[in-house]
Amino acid sequence: MTLSDRNLFDRLGRIFNYCWFDGKVLEDIINLDVANGDELSMNKNKNLTERRNFLKKSLTIGSAISAAASTKMAFSQNNDSNFLAIDPWTKTQGSGFINPPYGLPAKYEKNVVRVLPSPPPTFLTGSRTPLQSLYGITTPSGLVFERHHAGIPDIDPNQHRLVIHGLVDRPMIFSMDDIVRLPSESRVYFLECSGNSAAELKKASGKTAQEIHGLLSCCEWTGVRLSTILQECGVQSSAKWALAEGADGAAMTRSIPMSKMMDDALLVYAQNGEMLRAEQGYPLRLFLPGFEGNMSIKWLRRIKLGTEPWQTREETSAYTDLLPNGKAEKFTFAMDVKSVITQPSGMMRLKSKGFYEISGFAWSGKGEIKRVEVSTNGGASWVQAVLQEPVMDKSLVRFRSPWMWDGAPAMLMSRGVDSSGDVQPMMDALLKAKGSNFFYHNNAIQPWRVAANGEITNGR
Amino acid sequence: MVASRVTLKAIFGISLLGLIAACAGGHPSNGPVGIGKPITENQIRLWNIDIGPNGEGLPPGSGTVSDGAVLYQQQCASCHGDKGQGGIANRLVGGGALNTNSPVKTVGSFWPYSTTIFDYTKRAMPHNAPQSLSNDQVYAATAYILFLNQIITKDAVMDAKSLPLVKMPNRDGFTRIER
Repeated sequence: MTLSDRNLFDRLGRIFNYCWFDGKVLEDIINLDVANGDELSMNKNKNLTERRNFLKKSLTIGSAISAAASTKMAFSQNNDSNFLAIDPWTKTQGSGFINPPYGLPAKYEKNVVRVLPSPPPTFLTGSRTPLQSLYGITTPSGLVFERHHAGIPDIDPNQHRLVIHGLVDRPMIFSMDDIVRLPSESRVYFLECSGNSAAELKKASGKTAQEIHGLLSCCEWTGVRLSTILQECGVQSSAKWALAEGADGAAMTRSIPMSKMMDDALLVYAQNGEMLRAEQGYPLRLFLPGFEGNMSIKWLRRIKLGTEPWQTREETSAYTDLLPNGKAEKFTFAMDVKSVITQPSGMMRLKSKGFYEISGFAWSGKGEIKRVEVSTNGGASWVQAVLQEPVMDKSLVRFRSPWMWDGAPAMLMSRGVDSSGDVQPMMDALLKAKGSNFFYHNNAIQPWRVAANGEITNGR
Repeated sequence: MVASRVTLKAIFGISLLGLIAACAGGHPSNGPVGIGKPITENQIRLWNIDIGPNGEGLPPGSGTVSDGAVLYQQQCASCHGDKGQGGIANRLVGGGALNTNSPVKTVGSFWPYSTTIFDYTKRAMPHNAPQSLSNDQVYAATAYILFLNQIITKDAVMDAKSLPLVKMPNRDGFTRIER
């Protein structure tokens, strides 16, 4: 890419606020900006129809691009010359404040939502985060993936209580008022269901980053360290495991080593600056940084300390992985190092050759992301991506890598490396190591196939 | 002007001292601060429903296979199938072949502890009315599921003593990773 190309790209970006990854938008803008007037007027009606059709189509692909498309359309309607007209929204007062009182995304972003599996199973298992439509590392609270086993309970925070008992000197009960009085802290951590990406182990299961890897989110979580509240109860030295239990209809329970509870475990009551969303455990959840999401018990009502794990259903029948020899691994707590390219990704289309910034998420439950490498040729060669600061322990990390697409078929991949030294594996290597019967903890590299026409599909 | 500058300096100084004190303090590590209320085990008995793998927490009461058969048809069969073969919910009976390419994981072939059947049924089943079964009913349902899997005999009675002694076929089928 030459300097002048880059300048044009930046200038167009500033003018139209377009979304970079949609080549069609970029190409149309370039045509409007630099094509000669004769050609434009000859093709004007045809272009308009095409653009309207494109606008309809783009809404089904992802609304991140729709704002740009609308801008372009207004421009083309007014475009009798090569000069910008004054837009109608510039010539009138806009709508008033607090409309609505709790703000919502711009109406053109209405397709950026969580989705259910398709077709939905009898017992719904979860909704997925639209990873390909997110920027930076924060997942907005309304887009955080959901996984519940008995629906979302309606809990009045004034009625909610937490009991801590078992191997403690003083069994105690805490109200929400009690809990928020204790010293708190706010931390940015990812949350990933250990069943995320599981269907991909057998075959290509989804088309978009959301469908394949959307049981993943990242928020700022605020709460009280377990080690702080446990001081109120006095932990006995014989306590080695804790049972955490939810107040929902599943009374979800998992056994957790005391070492984790006394380390970085949080009793979380707030998320992204406001009280927890109902589906995230309102008014109180456990949060175990880096561990499989199921262990961060939502609607937390009880913690019991004991000497051994309880062997609950969710740590024996489920959330265990069957190996080829017929033995299953259990208590596989930490989520492994993983990354995925989200922009560009499945179901997007590159319409023109030229510059794109490849970007995505990397994370590890075993520590900090140290390096992310990106390949555009299916792993034949790799380049090191730039890690966007802040790079935080057990948080999503945004990586970026520039790419000049030459218009030939390509295969995009990213590979994460964490502070424990673990390297994200290729799918073949993972299946070779763990067989074909395991289900949880799929951290294989996600390939995205770029066709010569720019269409991007799941390269699994 | 001079006075206000002095005031600002003083405020800044005090704030800085506060900040240093807060950093030095961090999390209180010198014992309880007196928040929360004591509670007795008797007060929380309706919440204290977890069962350990050696039978810790199993309540009084008992259930027979034949009582369980009746209860199962009323409360379980519509989702799990009339013989535990599965339906809209998981298969409970049979299965196996865990070391092949077509493993079938059920309560009988995969679950390592009999106590987990009681624990899970008590806390989460039936799906439309969790925690509605009596302890006798949960013992009976547990007995029937174990009988369907040919793990206990038709005349067996499950209670706090007998249930933990039931060894599941896949009891040793797990490797603890713990990290």
